[in-house]
Amino acid sequence: MLVDPQRKRKIRLVVALGVAVFLAAALVYTSFSASTEAKEPSQLLSAAPGTSYDLTGKVVPGSIRHHGQELNFRVADRDGGSESIPVSYSGTVPDPFRGGREIVLTGEVEHGTFIGERDTLVTKCPSKFTTTNDS
Amino acid sequence: MTASFGSVALTLAFLAMLFAVVAALVGRKGDERWVLASRRAVYGACGLLTLCVVLIEIAFAGDDFSLNIVQQHSSIETPNFYKLAAMWSSQEGSLLLWAWVLSIASSLALYATRSKLREIVPYATAVMAGVASFFTGLMLFAGGVNPFASLDPVPADGIGLNPLLQHPSMMIHPPMLYSGYVAFTIPFAFAIGALITRRIDASWIRATRRFALIAWALLGFGLLLGARWSYTELGWGGYWAWDPVENAALMPWLIGTAFLHSIMVQEKRGMLKVWNACLIVATFSLALLGTFLVRSGVLQSIHAFGDSTVGPYILGLIAVVLIGSTALIVSRLDDLRSEKRIDSLASREAVFVVNNLLLVALCATIFWGTFFPLISELFTGTKSSLAAPWFDRYTTPLAIGLVLFTGIGPLLAWRRVSWATAKRVFFVPSIVAAVVGVALALFTDATHKPWAFVLFVFAAFALVGLGQEFWRGTAARRSLKGGSMATALVAIVSRNRRRYGGYIVHIGIAVLLIGIAASSSFQTNRDVVLRPGESAAVDGRTITYRRPTAEVDPEKFTFGAEAVVRQGGTTTILHPSRRFYRPTGVRSGTIANRFDGEATSEVALQAGVFRDFWMAVQPDITAVLGRVRAADQGFRACVRGAPGTPPQCRAVSRLMQAAAANPALRPVAARQIETLQAATAERIAKSYLADSAPATFRVIVNPLVAWMWVGGLIALAGALIGLWPSRGRGGRPLVADSELEALKEAKYREIRDAELDHAAGKLSDEDFALLDAELRNEAVEILDSADGNPEKIPQS
Repeated sequence: MLVDPQRKRKIRLVVALGVAVFLAAALVYTSFSASTEAKEPSQLLSAAPGTSYDLTGKVVPGSIRHHGQELNFRVADRDGGSESIPVSYSGTVPDPFRGGREIVLTGEVEHGTFIGERDTLVTKCPSKFTTTNDS
Repeated sequence: MTASFGSVALTLAFLAMLFAVVAALVGRKGDERWVLASRRAVYGACGLLTLCVVLIEIAFAGDDFSLNIVQQHSSIETPNFYKLAAMWSSQEGSLLLWAWVLSIASSLALYATRSKLREIVPYATAVMAGVASFFTGLMLFAGGVNPFASLDPVPADGIGLNPLLQHPSMMIHPPMLYSGYVAFTIPFAFAIGALITRRIDASWIRATRRFALIAWALLGFGLLLGARWSYTELGWGGYWAWDPVENAALMPWLIGTAFLHSIMVQEKRGMLKVWNACLIVATFSLALLGTFLVRSGVLQSIHAFGDSTVGPYILGLIAVVLIGSTALIVSRLDDLRSEKRIDSLASREAVFVVNNLLLVALCATIFWGTFFPLISELFTGTKSSLAAPWFDRYTTPLAIGLVLFTGIGPLLAWRRVSWATAKRVFFVPSIVAAVVGVALALFTDATHKPWAFVLFVFAAFALVGLGQEFWRGTAARRSLKGGSMATALVAIVSRNRRRYGGYIVHIGIAVLLIGIAASSSFQTNRDVVLRPGESAAVDGRTITYRRPTAEVDPEKFTFGAEAVVRQGGTTTILHPSRRFYRPTGVRSGTIANRFDGEATSEVALQAGVFRDFWMAVQPDITAVLGRVRAADQGFRACVRGAPGTPPQCRAVSRLMQAAAANPALRPVAARQIETLQAATAERIAKSYLADSAPATFRVIVNPLVAWMWVGGLIALAGALIGLWPSRGRGGRPLVADSELEALKEAKYREIRDAELDHAAGKLSDEDFALLDAELRNEAVEILDSADGNPEKIPQS
């Protein structure tokens, strides 16, 4: 019954480390399957339908149209490529949303249009932590 | 004038900080003159940076648009309060704030340790002044971030502050976070000093514990303000989004929490030295990482601050800190061995170790999730991100574990707890928690969300346990000294501020977590589309869109709704609305450009003890926009004097033609057009009232969310109590002025703690007798060594 305390500590350490390693592995494993790929519009034009993506890019200024509950706009690459993808979205629109802002939206491509999931639209905050004067 | 004066002050501050580094290092072997010089250089730099901040603030207050920073972030019309706070909404201003707060904290730390820790202080000074000179140098040399950059010619007006940021909590939130980040520099610097000099007892901890606690409290308060702003201002109704920048501020707070607990173990028991050194290095690095993330654009975040020139430099500093500290810790492993071992798993120190592991695991999980886009790019070549559900799944169980330990920790005494004692202290809290669990299961639907249910039960355990601590402490005090409950309570709290302040923080955190669990698990969140006069039922309430509202002023259109909420016999009228601004910095132009700027939701919030009723509106303004465009077209035609225009228009076009020929008439023409535009805008705004256009209402019923803010404030109050210096009896100074004095104080406190634990029933008579004898021996040792040889202080 009497276990050498040194040995007991070692066993305890090994068990604790084992549990930690197991949990970490589970975390790593699930994070790869739970994540959604981020794509820019130019990459999405050739994306597989039926797969969920995070669309990231800039809202094309002047492209925003309201159709009842639905919001339609186009999103272009962040560094300002000429290609853009039409987006259809319903759900809440964050306050900072407007033309020219960067957004992230989760959804799928259907017939060339990106259909956003409800309430997944994220718009970047308008802060001025830039050194250029274009903010 | 201000620009050149300020630049000189900033340069001098930079040089003073550099000098402080050099002087401290020259004086490291005990040359008092150099150490004194380095300390004075830090004070001087603090004065100079204060001057810089004052100059910038004067420029903001006086609309001095010759300074780029003022022109970019303020305007004549910006309200005064926001003028003064606009400094830190700029990149350069925020860097100045960093450097300034750091110089203040460093000066305070150096003043407090002016006659203590003679070996450690020079190195700590070098680290603090080194970090300060890094940030000051960044402003001077990184390019584009000098707060005193000037403009020539001087513009007549500034761009102004973004309307979304014009919110009181948004103005306090950044300086709180910064001060939190910055204050962690102090314990970090002293830890480095202690490691270099191999003086790795608890003296550096005693000297800097307050700074760590201040940093922790400020960072926590900053996080709370940010959450509050998001909840009340941003129109989506949430307070936390697991956004990278939010996570970046949460991570140092979590590790800081772990650090505050584990240093107690080192202070009292001489254990966990390596761990503490690692924790403070991690906390400081994470604080720098937070500063970096905000400015780098590396991760996709709603806080898009864009790429900037300073990112790579901060990353470089993080690398230096991490590599340098790791090498230092590894080279000092022999000196960092624990003096003692944990006696028993049923002791407070063992619980602290578990709580530390939970906090570190929580931070590691958040770190992994935050940086997952970079990690996945590394392994799979594509950037993938993890959304809120992933974070929720892993953080929830860890948070639940933490709640349990906020209750268990305070119930256990240091060193050892006998089985009989444990039974005695755990009995009431366990019974009450079980009763609460049964009641929740029978009378509410709490069991539908098992995680939340478990959290409620654990929180009940923690709250009752903490209440019992206060109760027993008060009762013990009364049996000794008499008096009323209230006076006894005040007496025990004010005599043991660290202990009871800490317990109050625990109460606050348990309450805060109840608020988070209830509001995130049992929230009702609905979007309903209504036309004026229509009603909808949401969560047992009838919501009626009674009538639309509309307003217009020179800077914005406001479209809103008067909504009536009926529940049972009570009727409430709410006025949510949405504002549409001109682009920041544009003050006139077409009517339509009021829709080109920010749009902000004015949330109608009916806060309550049991639940918040939250409502925002998204008006359908398609028809309004059509009319606005038509009106703008009409104006253009009018100004050109196209044929067939109405008579008032002819007058304007004649005026315009005259103004084209005679510049003196231009302001008159402009005013005339503005007046007409304003009248038209007013008419269009009113036309919305007759549209009976549908509006989308977002309605959220948030149970117990108010307790989140209440809990946060309780925790803050607890931290303040813990920080408040204990008044020394018999004219003893507030802060022990020598290391020996501090050591004595600490030992006396330990003896008092043990007495209190015994009186409160947490220590059995036998255990107390043993412990008390041990502690008194140690105290005698300290006193002996002080009498015999004042220079030599035993390792506690």
